Amino acid sequence: MAGSNGAKRRGLKVIGKPFHKVDAKVKVTGELKFADDLMLPRMLHTRLLRSTVPHARIVKIDTSKAEAYPGVKAVLLGKDLPTTYGALPVSEDEHALAIDRVRMVGDPVAAIAAVDEDVATEALDLIEVEYELLQTITSIQDAYAITEPRIHEYGELGNIHRRQVYEFGNVEAGFADADFVREDITFYEGSTHLALEQHASLAQFSHDGKLTLWTSTQDMHYLHRHLAKVLGLPGSHIRVIATPNGGGFGGKCDPFNHEIVVSKLAMITGRPVKICLTREEVFYAHRGRHPVLMSTKTGFKKDGSITAMHHRTILDGGAYGGHGVASTFYTGILQTTTHNVPHYKFEAVRVFTNKAPCGPKRGHGTPQPRWAQEIQLDRIAEQVGLDPAEMRKQHAIPPNSITANWIRIGTLALGECIDKVVKGSGWKEKFRKLPYGKGVGIACSAYMTGTQTPIYYNKMPHSGVQLKLDRSGGVCVYCGSVEIGQGSDSILAYIVAEVLGIHPFDIRVVTGDTDLTPVDLGSYSSRVTLMTGNAAIQAAERAREILRQAVSEKLDVPGSRLSFADRRVFDTENPEKGMSFVEAVWLAEEKFGTLGTTGSYKPPAAPGKYKGSTIGPSPAFTCTASVAEVEVNPETGIVTVPRVWIAHDIGQAINPLLVVGQIEGCVYMGLGEALMEEMTYRGNRNMVHKFPSFLEYKSPTTLEMCDVVTYLVESQDPNGPFGAKEAGQGPQLPVPPAIANAVYDAVGVRIDEIPITPDKVMKALRAKAKGKEGRYGPTVFPTCEMPEAIVVKTPFEGGDGKAVEREPALSRK
Amino acid sequence: MKQTRKKGNGRLQKAHIRLQVNGEQVEVAFAPHKTLLEVLREDLGLTGTKHGCELGECGCCAVLVDGKPVLSCLALGLAVEGHEVTTVEGMAQGTELHPLQQTFAELGAAQCGYCTPGILLTAKVLIEKVPRPSRDEIKEALAGNLCRCTGYIKIYEAVELAAARMAGEPGEPAKESIYGWE
Repeated sequence: MAGSNGAKRRGLKVIGKPFHKVDAKVKVTGELKFADDLMLPRMLHTRLLRSTVPHARIVKIDTSKAEAYPGVKAVLLGKDLPTTYGALPVSEDEHALAIDRVRMVGDPVAAIAAVDEDVATEALDLIEVEYELLQTITSIQDAYAITEPRIHEYGELGNIHRRQVYEFGNVEAGFADADFVREDITFYEGSTHLALEQHASLAQFSHDGKLTLWTSTQDMHYLHRHLAKVLGLPGSHIRVIATPNGGGFGGKCDPFNHEIVVSKLAMITGRPVKICLTREEVFYAHRGRHPVLMSTKTGFKKDGSITAMHHRTILDGGAYGGHGVASTFYTGILQTTTHNVPHYKFEAVRVFTNKAPCGPKRGHGTPQPRWAQEIQLDRIAEQVGLDPAEMRKQHAIPPNSITANWIRIGTLALGECIDKVVKGSGWKEKFRKLPYGKGVGIACSAYMTGTQTPIYYNKMPHSGVQLKLDRSGGVCVYCGSVEIGQGSDSILAYIVAEVLGIHPFDIRVVTGDTDLTPVDLGSYSSRVTLMTGNAAIQAAERAREILRQAVSEKLDVPGSRLSFADRRVFDTENPEKGMSFVEAVWLAEEKFGTLGTTGSYKPPAAPGKYKGSTIGPSPAFTCTASVAEVEVNPETGIVTVPRVWIAHDIGQAINPLLVVGQIEGCVYMGLGEALMEEMTYRGNRNMVHKFPSFLEYKSPTTLEMCDVVTYLVESQDPNGPFGAKEAGQGPQLPVPPAIANAVYDAVGVRIDEIPITPDKVMKALRAKAKGKEGRYGPTVFPTCEMPEAIVVKTPFEGGDGKAVEREPALSRK
Repeated sequence: MKQTRKKGNGRLQKAHIRLQVNGEQVEVAFAPHKTLLEVLREDLGLTGTKHGCELGECGCCAVLVDGKPVLSCLALGLAVEGHEVTTVEGMAQGTELHPLQQTFAELGAAQCGYCTPGILLTAKVLIEKVPRPSRDEIKEALAGNLCRCTGYIKIYEAVELAAARMAGEPGEPAKESIYGWE
């Protein structure tokens, strides 16, 4: 069924309709102000002096010449901002400016505020920094081998940031039960968000002691807390305004050093201070996809069912913690959410290296293991002689399951998604039947609609919405969510309009301002539609109740008989009897005084009770199935993708037009990661980015982008607002493995390393021609000493969600 | 990185030129090394023109000079003296949107909206030259404009719809592009 049918069935007027976005018109006219479009009188400009070396002690910094340079108003050093911060409370390992140590090329060591950007840039050259070089940690292998020097003084061993081992059930027993066991080692290269808007911030500190920061951030609320901590100001004196993001994709989630620096410079100079990073600086700011090396050992039966899986990952984290601890969990925690896995062991390691720090990029930590799993499932299907689409459908976990690792899945229409793409793509006529050089591949995935746990522990709502109504009939929605292009402002208008029976474009939406809007945790983890949507429904229903009382009294009609639709409030049984929405608000204001309501949302508790069980659970899971068709030129190794079919269980499309747009964007980004995007460094140990520019960092242009055939499946999730689930991240996940599987179908070689570049295809083809294994990819999975596993009995074994108490004599490795 | 300027020796440093911007005659003074992008944004307040790299690689800053697309980050402000520059602010007639702006809004072709001004202007020139462009012609014309949000598909559809409407044909978007396929 096409999107919006569910809404039509239920008589909804706004939900499920393809309204344009509330900000669409101001975006097409250039009227919308992004952070760098803001200019204030007396504004100063900032540039950062960045480290040119990957790992060093700072012996001396001399800023005297820069300070004396005409037009320079302030020079800032690390000692001026001594407090550490970082996205997660467990890894607050950053300084706004390096104090005595640089850990990567691009680490900022000094900042200059000057009358214009040119003067600031010129003055940077006058700062003298003396470095004492330290050994550089360039890779996972280095991080395992070199324990001194340590990039950070915290963490586990040497340069290992994080190690974790979980065993759900008993994988050895599961392997013993299998007909076959196979282990595949794969690698997914890092990539960056490449949002077109360069990060920009503008700070103003007024003489009343209040700081305002306009900035291109996805996570305004968390940034607000970090600013308070690092600047030593009360949170109540700081106002963060999240300007509309010119693309985020996870790249504007972390609190950034430049945001803190301009705030401090505004406090010092008493003038507005602005910064806009250059594109090269944005590459080093990064926080993108972790490079992940994976080993996936899976036991399976002849019917394609999995008996056990032991999945190991190593993440190359770069120079800082950031969101990395969460990323580490995500490289394994969702492996159980599509194909049934009764016993599951997950080991993960994150290392520090002297490179730009990795973090959350669309799919946060899950595209890498999903790729590993889906290309292995393709091999499994071949090994047992099953059609990979059929096999996936056969063993798809049913809705309302609890997985081995205690993730509760609600609605999940995976079988229906598989059916859609199989039928649409003509899978049965194509798979293993196309001529050499052409192929199709399939893959599936599941993804969270928001996380159950906020980044710092608290019991407060994850999202808040306030509504203001007044006698003009005007309705204003206030919410701390941040519009990053996904349409979060529009979602609020659609939902409130639906509940109040008015038109979405009658509503004003105010978002992303810590002074004006109630807290919402931010635009990450695909949480916004579900959480702000539920909060908006609550606030709007409360407002509707107020209006209902006033109108009921006036018309002498029982409140339960009143309907709200078409900008009217009327008697359902006698629709002529009623009044305009404006009159209803007027009456309510007379009766109750000034009108305002609030709504809030907090996700339900998850069933897992073991340490670490808070990462992974979500109020609702989406699932996606995708078929990719590829053409591989065996002479050049060039892979092109003419078309991708993709079916996504959206729950309910709040607006199908926006959902289809998100899915097409996911396919695009998956295609880029599959074929060309790579965040790599020069190999001379200087760890300079190989190509920090749009020209050389390859991303798909119109000429590489494939056709996309999108199917929306609406499973109506009871936890979602009007049944809705996420669309912005999940649909990316199956695209790279579907392409890899299609490459195998086309030319019979397995490329076990993303991106699938022509050189890798050629190497695999040549190996095959010589009678060797037709494969390109890693062959060795390095090991380090791991802690003992946290063992949790699965729901299938009658577990209670808690870890098994370990007695010393019984503990297992 | 910008070159170090020679320090002033008491003389005025700014260049002063006259040009047409969005149909209006304007005079503007600016440091002579400034790019057209900087002059438009910083000296003329036309921040509708965006920048993603300032190296001529992303297409965000495309404007029209005498009706032809130009990457404003690669052109000197001085080079447009006496020329006609069109920015996104010049596309709508009063409050009436250009058909491309209308279809970009209608079809969700602007997600974050950051690449949109450059793409709108590039597409405008395409339709002026090729009134009913094929999908391949659209791809070719927009190959220098990067977009990270949309996967370009809604952009193609919006260009096609606008072209149809401008040719006086009944322009309705395809059902699949709004609701997905059955």
